[in-house]
Amino acid sequence: MSSALQILAEDGRLVGPEPDLGAEELIALFGHMLRVRCLDERMLKLQRAGRIGFVGTATGLEASLIGTASALQPEDWLWSGLREGGAAVMRGLPLSEYVAQMYCNANDTAKGRQMCNHFQHKASHYPSWSSVIGTQLPHAVGAAFASRNRGEKVVHAAYCGDGATSSNGFHSALNFAGVWKVPVVFVVVDNGWAISVSSKAQTAATSFAAKAQAYGFEGRDIDGNDVLACRAAMDEATRQARSGGGPTLLVLRTYRMLGHSSSDDPSKYRDAGEVEAWAARDPIQRFETWLVQQGLLTPDARRQREEEIRAEIDAVIHEQEAAPPMALRTLVEDVYEQVPRHLRAQFNAFLRVAEERGDAQPGDGAFPL
Amino acid sequence: MSTLTLIQAVNDGLKTAMRGDERVLVLGEDVGPKGGVFLATEGLTSEFGPERCFDTPLSEDGIIGTAIGMAVNGLRPVAEIQFQDFIFPAFDQIVSEAAKLRYRSGGQYTAPMVIRTPYGGGIRGGLYHSQSGEAYFAHTPGLKVVIPSTPHDAKGLLLASIADPDPVLFLEPKALYRSVKGEVPEGDYRVDLSTLRTVRPGKDVTVFCYGAMVPVCERAAQQAAEQGIDCLVVDLRTLTPLDEEGVLEAAKATGRVVTVHEAPRFCGYGAEISALIAENVIEYMEAPIRRVTGFDTPFPNTLEHHYMPDERRVLDAIESVARF
Repeated sequence: MSSALQILAEDGRLVGPEPDLGAEELIALFGHMLRVRCLDERMLKLQRAGRIGFVGTATGLEASLIGTASALQPEDWLWSGLREGGAAVMRGLPLSEYVAQMYCNANDTAKGRQMCNHFQHKASHYPSWSSVIGTQLPHAVGAAFASRNRGEKVVHAAYCGDGATSSNGFHSALNFAGVWKVPVVFVVVDNGWAISVSSKAQTAATSFAAKAQAYGFEGRDIDGNDVLACRAAMDEATRQARSGGGPTLLVLRTYRMLGHSSSDDPSKYRDAGEVEAWAARDPIQRFETWLVQQGLLTPDARRQREEEIRAEIDAVIHEQEAAPPMALRTLVEDVYEQVPRHLRAQFNAFLRVAEERGDAQPGDGAFPL
Repeated sequence: MSTLTLIQAVNDGLKTAMRGDERVLVLGEDVGPKGGVFLATEGLTSEFGPERCFDTPLSEDGIIGTAIGMAVNGLRPVAEIQFQDFIFPAFDQIVSEAAKLRYRSGGQYTAPMVIRTPYGGGIRGGLYHSQSGEAYFAHTPGLKVVIPSTPHDAKGLLLASIADPDPVLFLEPKALYRSVKGEVPEGDYRVDLSTLRTVRPGKDVTVFCYGAMVPVCERAAQQAAEQGIDCLVVDLRTLTPLDEEGVLEAAKATGRVVTVHEAPRFCGYGAEISALIAENVIEYMEAPIRRVTGFDTPFPNTLEHHYMPDERRVLDAIESVARF
């Protein structure tokens, strides 16, 4: 980790430049990190209670997500993978939509079409993403091309994990971004593990950041558990992108403290000692220590803030438990802008069976053919 | 109105779309100053500049992936894949991303874009410059698959595809690029997607075809006419979403059906046409449905003229269903 940019040491001492952030902003960052942790806790509880099917947590990654995404402007885009939902909440994804998506219920803006933990939020430029690894990266590059094409000063942040650095999309995206010099920042959250495969097994390069050199731009290793380092690096990368200086690759070295998902048992493939060592580098604890030392937080502020966040999440869960059932018509809508005749016919044939079974919902009438 | 080849009509369609809508841009391999290996994009960079027609790095996955991002963010990209045989690195982006984006986002995000690519045999291109992969894509909900066979339709369908709110795979029969000429209107006009074209009316046998098989079937129908067999020839033009009602009407009109395509037979598009007819109007059928197709093999080189259906093989099928 010695080569990675660090501003807060593991024990919370300032070892880099003073952050260029006001007290309110620093405290807000801390709150956003806590919300990521609390959302994971609550969603895992719901999953274990059988209320939702799947959770991809960000516990341990809070600094990497919040530190980088907080550097974005409202007009910037965030192209996501599995674990960036908490960053989206900070940027405007309402908690109600977050939880509705976890329930995949009728309030979900994606109409329950995606499995759990696949968020989107158009108003804050957080596009729908697929479960396929790395495919979102070239999208970010094309979208950045479009922004520049219109003369906008918009930055596109393209997130992925360490495993995605081996994907076709990663190569295509970085190569095109370098050639086109578009306003993109690639953010690799190297959390140590792609499900059960160590990040060390993804490449023979000395670091994922070294790959940027081959594409003609800079790659930087960052201590991903240091929120101030993540923020500082992202500030610089977005400034460069916004001013026409082209892309940067940031590699945030952090650790996925829990399984790949709620369906995964990581004790099968990694040592408890490794997990303990990373627990000692906890990003929230580190930031809290420094904030308390600076007199910006009281020692019990975290507990109070967590209680508020949990109460807020619980209220939203309560609301989403009462969501209406999904209209069956959503089976065939949004495949194309208009529902074509063959889909109307398929739905109508199915509706007769659904009505007999009592499955049809309000609004589920037959389509005119 | 001017007389153009099919490739000139594609070029005219691209220019018309780019003149009419500044969001339309063209990207791909060698599409810039060279104008494409078949010259479909000739003159675009000089007329519209390198920001609107430009060469990309040599990566189909990158071309389609970035085009999706452009479409999501307000542009109307027309991406060229140099040969349909080279599209498979981008299969994931087409099938997992472009085709599913509207559905998976509940209509919040869409990718209105066109992927143009030459397909099919007849140029001695061997395995990797000759394939007809339409069935892979026709099996993908969310994608439209369009194939013109005349200069008029090439321009009109291309303009309709570029204006369409959904992603369109526009397969161009390269064997017809310079071998057919026809009248093409000036300026913007659109041929509605999901409408078939009656190439020739007839009452005895219905022949369903598309792309480079259309002129083959026309010639076979002329020869059949000499024997007193009157063929209705139908150019499907849009494979998905298909004009199902039009297909069923055309099948009912004669009760005897032949389907023709270059692609392999097994799970080919002809199987879908046959099944559609069998499910819906089998009571009108007077004969088994016959498929004339390429072999269930990779595409050959030296013997390609035997692999591809010709008018003799189509005529055999017409005769067999007519006499059944």
